[in-house]
Amino acid sequence: MILTLLRYTCRDCSRILLPTARIEQYCDRLKRLGKDKGPDVMRKKLKDIITASKSSGKCPHCKAKQKKIMLEKPSTFFEDDKRISPIEIRSRFEKLNDGDIELFGLNPAAVRPEWMILTVLPIPPVTMRPSITLETGERSEDDLTHKLGDIVRINQRLFENINAGAPEIIVEDLWDLLQYHITTFFDNDVAQLPPARHRSGQPLKTLSERIKSKEGRIRHNLTGKRTNFSARTVISPDPMLGLSEVGVPDIMAMKLTVPERVTEWNINYLKEFVRKGPKSYPGANYVVRPDGKKKKLTDDTVEASVEELQPGYIVERHLMDGDIAMFNRQPSLHRMSMMCHSVRVLPCKTLRLNPAVCFPYNADFDGDEMNLHIPQTEEARAEAELLTLVGTQMISPRYGLSVIGCIQDAISGNYILSRNDFSMSKSEAIDLLASVGVIDVSKLPKKDTVSGKEIFSVLLPDDFSFSGRSRSREEPDVVIKSGRLVSGVMDKNNLGEGSGLLLRNLHKKYGRQFALDVLGKMFKLGIAVLMKRGFTTALSDTDLPQEAKLQIQGVFQRAEQDVTELVAQYNSGRLDILPGRTLRETLELKILEVLNKARDETGKIVAMNVESYSHTVVMAISGARGTPLNLAQMAGCVGQQALRGKRIENGYNGRTLSCFRRDDLSPEARGFIKSSFKSGLKPAEFFFQSVVGRDALMDTALRTPKSGYLYRRLANALQDLKVEYDETVRDSGGRIVQFVYGEDGIDVSKSEGGVLNIKRVVSEVLEK
Amino acid sequence: MASDALKELQETLPEGVYRMVAELLPEKLSDSKAKEFAKKVADEYGGMKVEAGESVGLVAAESIGEPGTQMTLDTFHFAGVSEMNVTMGLPRIIEILDGRKKLTTPMMEIYLKKPYSEGQDIKKIALMIRETKLHDIATEFSINVADNRIEAQLDLAKMRELGINEAVLAKALKFSAKGVIVDVKGGTLVLKVKAKEGGVSDVFKLKEKLRESFVRGVRGVTQVLPVKKNNEYVILTFGSNLKKVMQYPFVDEARTTTNDIFEIEETLGIEAARQAVIDEVYKVIETQGLNVDIRHLMLVADVMSADGKVKGITRYGVVRDKSSVLARASFETPIKHIINASLYGEVDNLTSVVENVMLNQPVPVGTGLPKLVSKNK
Repeated sequence: MILTLLRYTCRDCSRILLPTARIEQYCDRLKRLGKDKGPDVMRKKLKDIITASKSSGKCPHCKAKQKKIMLEKPSTFFEDDKRISPIEIRSRFEKLNDGDIELFGLNPAAVRPEWMILTVLPIPPVTMRPSITLETGERSEDDLTHKLGDIVRINQRLFENINAGAPEIIVEDLWDLLQYHITTFFDNDVAQLPPARHRSGQPLKTLSERIKSKEGRIRHNLTGKRTNFSARTVISPDPMLGLSEVGVPDIMAMKLTVPERVTEWNINYLKEFVRKGPKSYPGANYVVRPDGKKKKLTDDTVEASVEELQPGYIVERHLMDGDIAMFNRQPSLHRMSMMCHSVRVLPCKTLRLNPAVCFPYNADFDGDEMNLHIPQTEEARAEAELLTLVGTQMISPRYGLSVIGCIQDAISGNYILSRNDFSMSKSEAIDLLASVGVIDVSKLPKKDTVSGKEIFSVLLPDDFSFSGRSRSREEPDVVIKSGRLVSGVMDKNNLGEGSGLLLRNLHKKYGRQFALDVLGKMFKLGIAVLMKRGFTTALSDTDLPQEAKLQIQGVFQRAEQDVTELVAQYNSGRLDILPGRTLRETLELKILEVLNKARDETGKIVAMNVESYSHTVVMAISGARGTPLNLAQMAGCVGQQALRGKRIENGYNGRTLSCFRRDDLSPEARGFIKSSFKSGLKPAEFFFQSVVGRDALMDTALRTPKSGYLYRRLANALQDLKVEYDETVRDSGGRIVQFVYGEDGIDVSKSEGGVLNIKRVVSEVLEK
Repeated sequence: MASDALKELQETLPEGVYRMVAELLPEKLSDSKAKEFAKKVADEYGGMKVEAGESVGLVAAESIGEPGTQMTLDTFHFAGVSEMNVTMGLPRIIEILDGRKKLTTPMMEIYLKKPYSEGQDIKKIALMIRETKLHDIATEFSINVADNRIEAQLDLAKMRELGINEAVLAKALKFSAKGVIVDVKGGTLVLKVKAKEGGVSDVFKLKEKLRESFVRGVRGVTQVLPVKKNNEYVILTFGSNLKKVMQYPFVDEARTTTNDIFEIEETLGIEAARQAVIDEVYKVIETQGLNVDIRHLMLVADVMSADGKVKGITRYGVVRDKSSVLARASFETPIKHIINASLYGEVDNLTSVVENVMLNQPVPVGTGLPKLVSKNK
């Protein structure tokens, strides 16, 4: 900046090196540029203009000859070969006129260029650079203090030397040293300078480092906040909890408090808490007097505090059932990553949640920890409850479907229940329903045995109609007519998170509270069914009859023959090359095709021969866990291990592992696993599987920071866009980005899968 | 009467929504039903509208950022045809949103006009589009040191296959290699250097240059692949040059696309570029089997193209144009932003989110927007 100003202004009269006519010509354009693209671009443009019009090397205003100015980074300026002192530069800047400054991208109303050269150094107060006293009594000063010490010392020496009339060289050296210290005081990361260090050799952390980066002032302290009244531990599941409840351990509940104001109506109620004190539950930890004085409750002070309590006081009582809490799991990528739950105080030491809300948090129970925050004011509580209660977050703003649904066992259970072959005696059914909290069983038909579909229908409201698809194509479509499940099975497509309109429609028609309630019951019903019936996955699920094994072997033999044939074609050059590929690539693609076909065939054989409704198959079909492919891998064969869409390539010279011959292109030598997980893998096969496994692990490890950065950038760029009262989308500067949000003004989280479901409306109107 | 109610409905609903209504509406409809229907649709639509203050930007960012963690890093993916590798997955999304000018895999999808789209001369057309360089059709280069001549043996069979005759070649070379007398005779190409001066090394350099010289086709298109897609032939290419391709008479300009957003901006304008951003991101998300509503992508694309130029979501693009200093400083390179702001004496009006977070104030979005007078304590 200083360089630009020096270079492009006259050394005598300090006018910009442009004729007056040209200034006027460019002025507007530059200003517009500065506004559009920022001052950096504007300055660059100005330089270009001046360089272009600089002809004679003379000032167009006073005709004085100009000299060449060089900057020796970081802070020494030369004019031709003579050094210019900062004092001189400053005096030149003082003469610059306001109009010219503006062209350089400075605002004359706010700054003067000479301010860039300091005459006095502002010293930050000690609060900014506290000294720490170690336990040993030693005092350790802050980095900034050290730097300031350096500056003062050198300055003193410079002063003495100048006064003593020391030789010019010494003065100049000291001058430079002082300049170095002052530069590093501001920024210890200047490119041309060695960073100033501690005696231990570790670089000093000076002003600019304090502001920068993730640990800097801005991102760490100003944008990141810390809070009290929060807790964190391991989570564990509890399906008996409501969907919008959170189980809080009692020891936690005795530390987390809710302030409650004493009024004449609740004084006796609150006195009870105070009397119990901090050590027994439910008690209170603090009493706040109207003048703001906080008093800690201890065994000694309890009695006095109970006496003292009167309207206007605030009691910080222990957390109780029904209190409001914010529950959160990192990474908080979603608004559903932080939801409001109501507290249930429970024994033991983990935070508990209903497994159905795992999906929005992306939580599992392999040691995940979660955070809990207790809002402290009425406003906060109201806002938390109205905006972030689990029910309000049920419909994802990402795709307009429910993010909360049944998972795993709950899906298997409902699938088994709603299948046509399920029936049980009426008394059993009533038992089952009662165990999930359904009391009104009048919807059950008056028969001795009731079908599973009828049991499931009890949960549905009488006027609910729905039609949808099942996961498996063999099953008929799901049809619900006036609250009765007529056909189809309940599987992941209907009950799972992020799929199907069943939950969405329930939410739409009967409201969030009801939808959440029904979902909770469905969840419990599924699990209750499994508990009643028994459900496991066993080794025998993967048993195959002898002929199936032979069939599979046949498939392998044929595949192997095909591959040998392909290799032979390749070796003799008879292979047809696919367009855009080399011969070798063509071969690989063809082999891969053959092998994948072989695996699919074994999959089919397995699917045909395995017991058709074994529990493993039920899980795969209902979408609870696993796929038919996983089953085939357990019973039939694991298949080709592909690394980046190719077979495994040579790791050693000409071969994948040292137990194969060189240039062996056969399936086994390139990562095809013939064995099944049940029969066990051969050493080489095991190795190939771990190769692919590790690749997948690497992939995840590399992806997380990349997508994290993308997310941060997106969030930063878009965070201040909001819908204004005139329905336009604008940024914080008031610039319009969209005239109508999303071209139709529909809020995704209020839509049904992103659209207004006209079909439903049509049928609703016509049916009436 | 029925039409009255519906007409009214048409006026209140946005175009896209009404189109769906018209599609699904049964043909016969009694007046009262129509009225009831119109009211119901209008009500439902009203209930679905975004509320003022909704921070749609952050929701969009979350909706795109969150599935990012689930995406595979699989750089290459088959784009329908097994012969073609195209960048997909997270790297592609980053590429698009960064607004990168150089793509890792530029690609075009060229639709053809009838009768070519039915397969007539498809191979010939494809080869016409592909960039052909001299070394593609020449087998051997030799330098005649004495006469300052370069001789090249031409592969006549290949030339015939590509449909290049001597005249075309001579014309093309005249264009790309100046200062050289071109003479094509039979199977040999003789190039005589006009300038008398020039040592052997210069001739050698010239030879190397000539090897790479452009003979025919579209610059940048290194590979072509005719593919049958929904009963018509489409040419997929590696490398992209939309402007040039559209000049061919047999190309259907209306449907031909590229995955290079900047090229679209240059040739078709900003609105097309905006649509391209939406389409490209959506394509990736779709192939990954993820579900993200199109409205979020629209918003991102609109932000990127709001100034009439495609800008990436980086500190040089969208973020730099923010009106608030503190918002910019909180993103990246805070020192630079603070220094520039001080030089210009910028004022921060605290209208966006981060500044208010810094100052511990309610943010001016959502419920932070309406100002109510209330007493705390």
